[in-house]
Amino acid sequence: MTTRTGRRSVQGGIGESTIRPDGVPKLRGEFMYAQDMHVEGMLWGATTRSPHPHARIVSIDVGPALAIGGVHAVLTHDDIPGPGLFGLEHPDQPVLAGDVVRYWGEPVAIVAAEDEDTARRAAEAVVVEYEELEPLVDAEEADARDEVFRRMKIRRGDQEARGSVVVEGYYEVGMQDQAPLGTEAGLAVPDGNGGVDLYATSQFVHVDQQQVVEALGLRPEQVRAHPVGIGGAFGAREDVNLHIHLCLLALYTGRPVKMVYHRGESFTGHVHRHPARMWYRHEADENGRLVRVEAKILVDGGAYASTTAAVLANACYFAVGPYKCDSVAVDGVGARTNNPPCGAMRGFGAVQVCFAYESQMDRLASALGMDPLELRRRNALATGDRLATTGQVIDTPLPVVEVIDSLAAMPLLVDEPGSGGDLPGGSGLTTEPRHVRRGVGYALSIKNLGFSEGFDDYAQARVRLSPEGAIVETAAIEVGQGLVNVLAQIARTTLGVSRAEVRHVDTSRIDSAGSTSASRQTQLSGGATHEAARRLRQRILEHYRADDLDDEGVWRGDTLVAAWDDLVRDGWEETVTFRHPPTEPPDENGQGKMHADFAVAGHRAVVDVDPELGLVRVLRVDTAQDVGKALNPESIRGQIEGGILQGVGLAVMEELVLDRGRIRNATFTDYLLPTILDAPDVEAILIEQEGSWGPFGAKGVGEPPTISSTPAVVAAIRDATGKELNRVPVRPQDIALEEEVAR
Amino acid sequence: MKISLTINGREVSADVEPRTLLVHFLREDQGLTGTHIGCETSYCGACTVLVDGKTVKSCTMFAVQADGASITTVEGLADNGQLHPVQEGFWERHGLQCGYCTPGMIMSAVGLLQEKQSPSEDEIRHAIEGNLCRCTGYHNIVRAIEYAAAKMRGEEPPPPDWEEEEVSV
Ligand code: FES
Ligand code: FES
Repeated sequence: MTTRTGRRSVQGGIGESTIRPDGVPKLRGEFMYAQDMHVEGMLWGATTRSPHPHARIVSIDVGPALAIGGVHAVLTHDDIPGPGLFGLEHPDQPVLAGDVVRYWGEPVAIVAAEDEDTARRAAEAVVVEYEELEPLVDAEEADARDEVFRRMKIRRGDQEARGSVVVEGYYEVGMQDQAPLGTEAGLAVPDGNGGVDLYATSQFVHVDQQQVVEALGLRPEQVRAHPVGIGGAFGAREDVNLHIHLCLLALYTGRPVKMVYHRGESFTGHVHRHPARMWYRHEADENGRLVRVEAKILVDGGAYASTTAAVLANACYFAVGPYKCDSVAVDGVGARTNNPPCGAMRGFGAVQVCFAYESQMDRLASALGMDPLELRRRNALATGDRLATTGQVIDTPLPVVEVIDSLAAMPLLVDEPGSGGDLPGGSGLTTEPRHVRRGVGYALSIKNLGFSEGFDDYAQARVRLSPEGAIVETAAIEVGQGLVNVLAQIARTTLGVSRAEVRHVDTSRIDSAGSTSASRQTQLSGGATHEAARRLRQRILEHYRADDLDDEGVWRGDTLVAAWDDLVRDGWEETVTFRHPPTEPPDENGQGKMHADFAVAGHRAVVDVDPELGLVRVLRVDTAQDVGKALNPESIRGQIEGGILQGVGLAVMEELVLDRGRIRNATFTDYLLPTILDAPDVEAILIEQEGSWGPFGAKGVGEPPTISSTPAVVAAIRDATGKELNRVPVRPQDIALEEEVAR
Repeated sequence: MKISLTINGREVSADVEPRTLLVHFLREDQGLTGTHIGCETSYCGACTVLVDGKTVKSCTMFAVQADGASITTVEGLADNGQLHPVQEGFWERHGLQCGYCTPGMIMSAVGLLQEKQSPSEDEIRHAIEGNLCRCTGYHNIVRAIEYAAAKMRGEEPPPPDWEEEEVSV
């Protein structure tokens, strides 16, 4: 009999900044990314893409490609043994274009060959005869022609309400790319019985699996999608791209097939952040209280549906921001054009409108002669209030005032403008230090957590016991955010054991965890892990009529009644499917309980501007963020620092430039990503409040850092320059030259 | 073409096509997939390795140009299973998320610390300005390199930022 020496507290539980368990293989270069997979006998795949944004396919001749030695297959639309369509929300996108191509870079044929070079040469050798058609590239024209994926109408409150102070504005957001550092890659392995195993970059393996099954007319049990290592995601991996192609080639050739997109192909091969045009009118009383907000929001969805309907809805639901207002009218349009398809990117619709409504709030503050933070404080939404747009009563913590107060109290840690080495033009002689102007700007944001509008949003997780400790099994994708940390922490704290780790399993071995997006996995997969661990512990304790479980086993008082190894042998496990509180679709006025939870954040940016050359250096972006409960403070900080830099990117540098539907800058040389020299210092305050339904009250934290950082930076540039700046990214000419983006 | 070189202390002879890039040679022929590819256009730094002790973006160099050279990749840093101080720094200071940029970042940092024992924060920033990271915002990468620099000088690394973390309730 073992006698107990006293209960140890669990190491590595929630609230600790535990070090990520996948760190060591990643640091040693041993971590297996999708790009690194290799199996004996595998072929390489490549894609033939349309050089036109809109054209009729007259003929395709695969002969010259097939004639190349080492080529095993060249497949077109006609070779697809099923409906050949896919799409995250609506299956409207051809796996391979049939008679028409609708965007530049649309896949037309796929090839499998002995090696990568041969595959790419063969893809180029496919002869496609096109008859070019006029591309529809203007979202307003698409709206006028009723080429739309969705229209939204929100009407709330007295539509005749009028305020005494009115500001109007027009705003634009450019097309941002997620640009994860690892491009799309994958491997499909035929199982010899007509089925296939897919290992490809993804944020949501179950929905990949489902789309492969449906597009190729397979049975669900014939396709297994496996989580693999990926180099970032940020929304770009929610949609299918090479997945169905790989499975098709593998099934056709009977050989494993691997494909890796080059960077240029990655830019055309995945969806982007929707560019937006927004018309706003804010009316307030003389005390600054919002009386009415009107907005028209137009997002360009590009050629296929992807998630445009949901992105547009989000943009409309959060069109007023984290503010109270009882008279609202919002009209939204998700246009269908021949531009590159747009879909999910961190912030998902909330980003675009945040730039507009926060610009409006600053304009209103200036019209009222009021401090911008004071104006926001007077209108701040709180728990128990109704969301201005949908009328939903907010029943989880919403610390808007706390965010504002925290930001206001943070010291401005900066030296004199023009001092120090890092000037807007770099450290050379570009910028004249005397002319540098300093600006400070603020912005706040709100976003939903988890999926909305009645979507059955759930995640499954399994907790079982093994000789190495507790194992959390899940299909939830680790994109870098640290899910492998936080699920293990939740399991440790809940079970009361110090050894726990996360193992990824494929779609045949566990039900869906849902997408790693919408800031949802900590709450959803975390919720499932928490509940599975709680039930498992309870069942074990009841079974042994015991009162504690720890690394050694089960205890009744000071007596060990079953050792850990005994528990492992008995195969204890618990599987839980966790759902968040139900939501509902909107009524005809866009009213209802569409969201399960919300998170708010605020940012304060400090910039130095060279007004002559139009150059900006973002010195600091400080933030206060609503996190519910900080399960791993350092991981949250990682999300905050990385998310802010993506927001800075949208504010001053990142944009895919289109020329009649063609992307002009699909390389890292021309699509500028922030480097370390562009990265501001960041101070972060994490605001914890109890009451959210996430595990231990945790909220999702991934998206808020990216949302209001962009308008905060632009507000700071306006403060420095006095310019209106109604478009992001702000370009040097927007600062240095007189013209505004006219509307 | 025949080339002979040293990779992570191991003598290697190989027959390569003249057009093969060093990064492809390392990844495909040698199976050293720790060296990553992010852009193929010498911009992202994910492919950074040491060639004769100098940091080089291995997508900008042909394998044949490495004939006779000594190459260190991320796989060659740990010493008998013991993490290199830079690797340790990235681990201890949360210097990675997805980890895709990490091997290149680490090699650039190793290159810097070979030349400068006590780099300033500014020098660290400039040393990795050619390495893109899309996840971290770079802050913890600087901390990771500071940690490594202290370790390599035989000093106690500065404490992590999060020990002063402000959490307001
Ligand atoms: S792959 Fe070599 S610099 Fe990007
Ligand atoms: S950690 Fe993902 S790119 Fe740096």
